[in-house]
Amino acid sequence: MSTVTEKLEGMDVWLYHGQIYIPNTYSAGAVGSKFLIELRDRKRIVGTRCPTCNRVYVPARSICKDCYSQLDEWVEVSNKGTLLTYTVCNQQNAIQPVEAPIVYGIIQLDGADTGFVHLLGEVDPEQLKVGMRVQAVFKKEREASILDIKYFKPLV
Amino acid sequence: MTERVGILAVGQTKYCPNRADVSEEELAYEAIKQVLEATGLTLSDIDSAVTCSQDFWDGRTISSMNIQHVVGAHLSHEDKVTEDGINAVYCAMGQILSGHQDIVLVVAHTKESQAEKSLIENAAFDPALMRQLGLDFTSAAAMQAKRYMYKYGITSEQCAKVAVKNRANAKNNPLAQEPMDITIEDVLSSKMLSSPIRLLDAKPTSDGACAMILAPEAKAKKITRKPVWILGASNCYETHYLGDRDLADCDALTKAAQKAYSMAGIKNPLRQIDVAEISEEYTYQELLWMEGLGFCNRGEAGKLIDRGVTKMGGKLPVNPSGGVLSGNPTGVAGMTRVAEAVLQLRGEGSDRQVEGAQVALAHGVTGICGQLQAVMILGNS
Repeated sequence: MSTVTEKLEGMDVWLYHGQIYIPNTYSAGAVGSKFLIELRDRKRIVGTRCPTCNRVYVPARSICKDCYSQLDEWVEVSNKGTLLTYTVCNQQNAIQPVEAPIVYGIIQLDGADTGFVHLLGEVDPEQLKVGMRVQAVFKKEREASILDIKYFKPLV
Repeated sequence: MTERVGILAVGQTKYCPNRADVSEEELAYEAIKQVLEATGLTLSDIDSAVTCSQDFWDGRTISSMNIQHVVGAHLSHEDKVTEDGINAVYCAMGQILSGHQDIVLVVAHTKESQAEKSLIENAAFDPALMRQLGLDFTSAAAMQAKRYMYKYGITSEQCAKVAVKNRANAKNNPLAQEPMDITIEDVLSSKMLSSPIRLLDAKPTSDGACAMILAPEAKAKKITRKPVWILGASNCYETHYLGDRDLADCDALTKAAQKAYSMAGIKNPLRQIDVAEISEEYTYQELLWMEGLGFCNRGEAGKLIDRGVTKMGGKLPVNPSGGVLSGNPTGVAGMTRVAEAVLQLRGEGSDRQVEGAQVALAHGVTGICGQLQAVMILGNS
């Protein structure tokens, strides 16, 4: 952090340049942790099924948003799915795992009733289309992270 | 509602890309001073203050931490609300209806210029499932825009028309940040931020504040000749994880609107509402939110803009102020919509006045792809 005075349209103004640095932890909980550990250990994408409305949530969730039921039936879904929407983002920020332009998409995996938010790769932006079939590409070195899936690539 | 709550006065700063010439308290003071002067009240007449800012935008990380003395909360009562000032107005309304407070000051302020927008927005995403992807509100909104345009055949030209209309309307609003004479072609050739959202499809970085004073009916009538009444108000949330809903629809907004309409006795919004101020951080949102608000069926808002229904002089002028697109900060933008609705209903809209406006709608939105939707119906009789 530092402070400076800067000239602004004829006036001197004192500015504090800060940066928040607060080491912290966040627990994904029992269900979220199991979902991420399945990615790491078995390259499996797993969800949970609602016993009341039968909806399959992927990523796995512990409570149904519609029924308020607790979800404890685990189901493995396909690593292939259909692209519901996408964007080619030209704006870079410090969190993005790859260089811009970066392609984001929401994918409905076969067997899931929800969309899965992730990255797309090995794709020509001109070829992107809602409804296209895509498949998960896993990283070699995995650490129980949503980024254990490198991206989804078009199915050819 | 059994008893009516009146808005006695509204104050707004000019919205600017960077107000480094003032501190946060001084920015809030600019808006508060206006409502005190307009009503002749002093801070000692204020029973309660409701302030709105957002932790990461404001005190980093405690919002509204340094404005107590300018809102009259030094040795007095203050409640802090986050997300959008339209929620603070709602909270003030509740305080008055409960009988706990009489005269309530509401203030929202944000300086977007002071921090990196994309990173603050990124912190709003779930850490385990979405944050590490580097998403921000623009890249997420772009996926909503794409899904909406795909599902209902809304075109980039129709979205661009929103930017053209609102930035032209902003020329009639001396407080607007970006009044512009632009064409559809200008929008469609502006820099692509995150497809299909281009620079002129998005709101600019903005600093500003908005203030209001609210009171119960009897007091409101004593203090001002032109109170504006809150006839209905509601809000509703979407789920947090983006894949859990079809982004082409906005069911939370439909629910919020239905509840506000039922309180206000609105059965046909397009016919009964004279002017609407809708929070459109991106062009597609004005169209999508109009559908959620029931001004047309799902997927039909493109036709409304094509037919000029929402322009000044149309059947339902939308965003005579220039809207959020012309520059309002997050956290303030929805409350600005309420303030602009009040000006319309008082006949004080000057060059942006919709003649004879009696019922107005104000809409606020916060979060990822319109996660929080808030609707307020106001009237002047």
